[in-house]
Amino acid sequence: MRFVLYGLLLFARIGFAAPLGEEGARHLLNRSGFGASPQEVTMFARLERAMAVDQLLAQAQSVAMTPPPGWVNEPLSRRGEAMTEEEKVMRLEEQKQRGFELRGWWLAEMASTASPLTERMTLFWHNHFTSSMQKVKHGQLMYRQNLLLRQHALGSFSDLLHGAAKDPAMLIYLDGVRNLKGEPNENFSREVMELFTLGEGRYTENDIREAARAFTGWGVDRDSGEFRFRRNQHDDGSKTILGQTGNFDGDDVLDLLLGRPETADFITRKLWREFVSPVADEREVRRLATVFRSNRYQIKPLLQGLFMSEAFWAGANRGSLVKSPIELTVGTLRTFELRPPDWRPVIQVNRAMGQDLFNPPNVKGWPGGDAWINSQTLLLRKQTLLRPFVGPPMRGDAEADSRRFENRRARMELHLSRWLDQLGNDMVRATRLLLPLPADSLPVGTASDRISALLQHPYYQLK
Amino acid sequence: MNRRQFLNLSLVGLSGLPSISGAANVGSHASNRLLILVELKGGNDGLNTVVPYTDRLYYQARPKLAIPAADVLRLDHQLGFNPAMRALLPIWEQGELAVIQGVGYASPNLSHFRSIEIWETASNSQQYLNQGWLSRQFLHLPLASRMIADGVILGSQELGPLAGGARALVLSDPASFIKQARLAAGAAPATNPALAHLLKIENDIRGAAQGLGGNAALQTTFPEHGFGKTVKTACEVLAINRNIGALRLTLGGFDTHSNQRQIQDRLLKELAEGLSALRSGLRELSIWQDCLVLTYAEFGRRVAENRSGGTDHGTANVHFALGGKVKGGFFGSAPDFTDLDADNLRYQIDFRQLYATACRFCWNDTGEAGLGGRFPELAII
Repeated sequence: MRFVLYGLLLFARIGFAAPLGEEGARHLLNRSGFGASPQEVTMFARLERAMAVDQLLAQAQSVAMTPPPGWVNEPLSRRGEAMTEEEKVMRLEEQKQRGFELRGWWLAEMASTASPLTERMTLFWHNHFTSSMQKVKHGQLMYRQNLLLRQHALGSFSDLLHGAAKDPAMLIYLDGVRNLKGEPNENFSREVMELFTLGEGRYTENDIREAARAFTGWGVDRDSGEFRFRRNQHDDGSKTILGQTGNFDGDDVLDLLLGRPETADFITRKLWREFVSPVADEREVRRLATVFRSNRYQIKPLLQGLFMSEAFWAGANRGSLVKSPIELTVGTLRTFELRPPDWRPVIQVNRAMGQDLFNPPNVKGWPGGDAWINSQTLLLRKQTLLRPFVGPPMRGDAEADSRRFENRRARMELHLSRWLDQLGNDMVRATRLLLPLPADSLPVGTASDRISALLQHPYYQLK
Repeated sequence: MNRRQFLNLSLVGLSGLPSISGAANVGSHASNRLLILVELKGGNDGLNTVVPYTDRLYYQARPKLAIPAADVLRLDHQLGFNPAMRALLPIWEQGELAVIQGVGYASPNLSHFRSIEIWETASNSQQYLNQGWLSRQFLHLPLASRMIADGVILGSQELGPLAGGARALVLSDPASFIKQARLAAGAAPATNPALAHLLKIENDIRGAAQGLGGNAALQTTFPEHGFGKTVKTACEVLAINRNIGALRLTLGGFDTHSNQRQIQDRLLKELAEGLSALRSGLRELSIWQDCLVLTYAEFGRRVAENRSGGTDHGTANVHFALGGKVKGGFFGSAPDFTDLDADNLRYQIDFRQLYATACRFCWNDTGEAGLGGRFPELAII
């Protein structure tokens, strides 16, 4: 109810109802999802801002539609000390294989979902409440964490925080399972303040030490792989955290953190950088953070506020954000309505461009923004866009390979001319759909020449 | 960085495009020596790297994790290497390895991200800068025009000390770089900072590509592990073209909150073998005399072990300087466990003193521009 009212208020405040047009639709869809097909752009182009944003938010989901790999509900394998070398090698191989299947599953969901915003937010939270397959090892736990992130992706940040703190993958990743009464491990306690809620420098080293005590006893059941509270490992003595003293447990600490205005500020600022522009507008962040907090950390009204802000639509902010590797690859696939037969090459190219799903570089996640682009990754991006990344693997038979290559090229040419036909073969419209800023000249040549030229344009790296 | 700084920098970058004058010999110019930074990412535990094997308090603080005195590779009557670092012994014996203890800064920050930012921007603890110290240094004192890049980044995607303006190249393989470089042909007016960044990178690529199209055959054999490969690429790049201001190599995984012995020993072995191969490679290229290799990390680790067989974030740390002109031996003083600050070691040498020493050796400069002030140089050269 509140959410609807807030929407109406905003609507009244901005008060114009011109349709978005193709350029506005492309902007909204690219910023809130992964690329946009001509069909999606045409559909949104007819809506005016508030309706378009409402529709995006109304489409949000809390579960994935793509069927997961078969092993996600298997019991956890025990890490046996008694394993032979051969068994260890097999275990590692299985982990690697499962890592590929899990990434492929998520990429397939991103590429096919009816709500790209849901997946963008799931990815955003994956990069916020980070965990890495490399340390967690059990694919099942990474999968379950992913479900948790999606479940709350546009729900309540408070529920998400409490859920993520008790999430088994997180408990392993940040050593919560090793945080025991009388033997505190500060890893999670530090990161929950620095990276998940308050932001760096908004707490003391003593707060970290004390909070670590409050989280003691939070563990993972070895058989079920589920959260377990070990009462006898919990330090129930008095702690002083952020100036308050009490017999706090872990949930109490999280509520203390949610009680601080810094938390709303920190999350709002991060979402601003994700969706609006690289530099937050201080007044707007303050306004939106207040909305966020007064809505008891409901994420949808905050997103609505961001998407309806003047800055989101401002000409000066168009093309001011760098596409992440996932946005670049999945976005290109969605834009051109392509589905790779095998996700493995897409996974590998994303990893090489610096974004390996389920395996962020460290607890702070991918730094993003300009950091996506360096000499190595830029060349890789361009090379990846030069040939469709779904090409058939070479099988060593030169003649057959070249025949397959020619076949594919012909099919791609046909596919791309049909794509252009949807736009009336109008290169002005095609450019508008692919680039966030006006280009100085229009490409010529075959359909694939023309599209390739647009994908090689520096603007295509931006959104 | 504001727009004006960026424009200035672009001009520096453009005027610095190489003219490819062939085999210019960097080595003969004291002002153009090579700095090689080695990042020990995650915060290496210095106390189990250079072990105070006669200090009772060290063994008290680490009942499980301490390296037994019998295993230590003794360097003098107090200190010795972790046994995994055997490969460094010959360099130590040659007197080309300085061990610098107690390196840190005032009001230490124990966050990985903030502390590495302090190290890489050469800021004070409370000072927030957004340009890497080498970027500031090269902006102030541009390298000779024949340099194909200010810096080359290996083993990491992050620009670190070269962020925010320097002509930095992230490389994994020079040959494929050359093949791909023709794709960096974009041209458009830079209307926002993201686009400006992108166009600058394209420009850097075009510039460097002109200087890296050559052959890189080396006799030196390099270890097969990840860091060995990073070192190998570094030497290959230098074999093709020595006109590079600085290299930054990264070895990651040092955040050993648990199971430290096993993890750190493996990493230290890779580090020692890698540095040893680096020395061989640079000797083969006859530039070992003109190189300074410096290690750095965001922080050291807590004196006392934790209960997970690991160590939590700490402060002051030990670092290494290597090179043909480096004066080997110990610098700074051994860790004092009787005078801790919240369970952590106190620093004695500001990390910027290491940088200032590097600026003097490599570019015959005080480093004031890069470091935001004058810092006493160390007598390690």
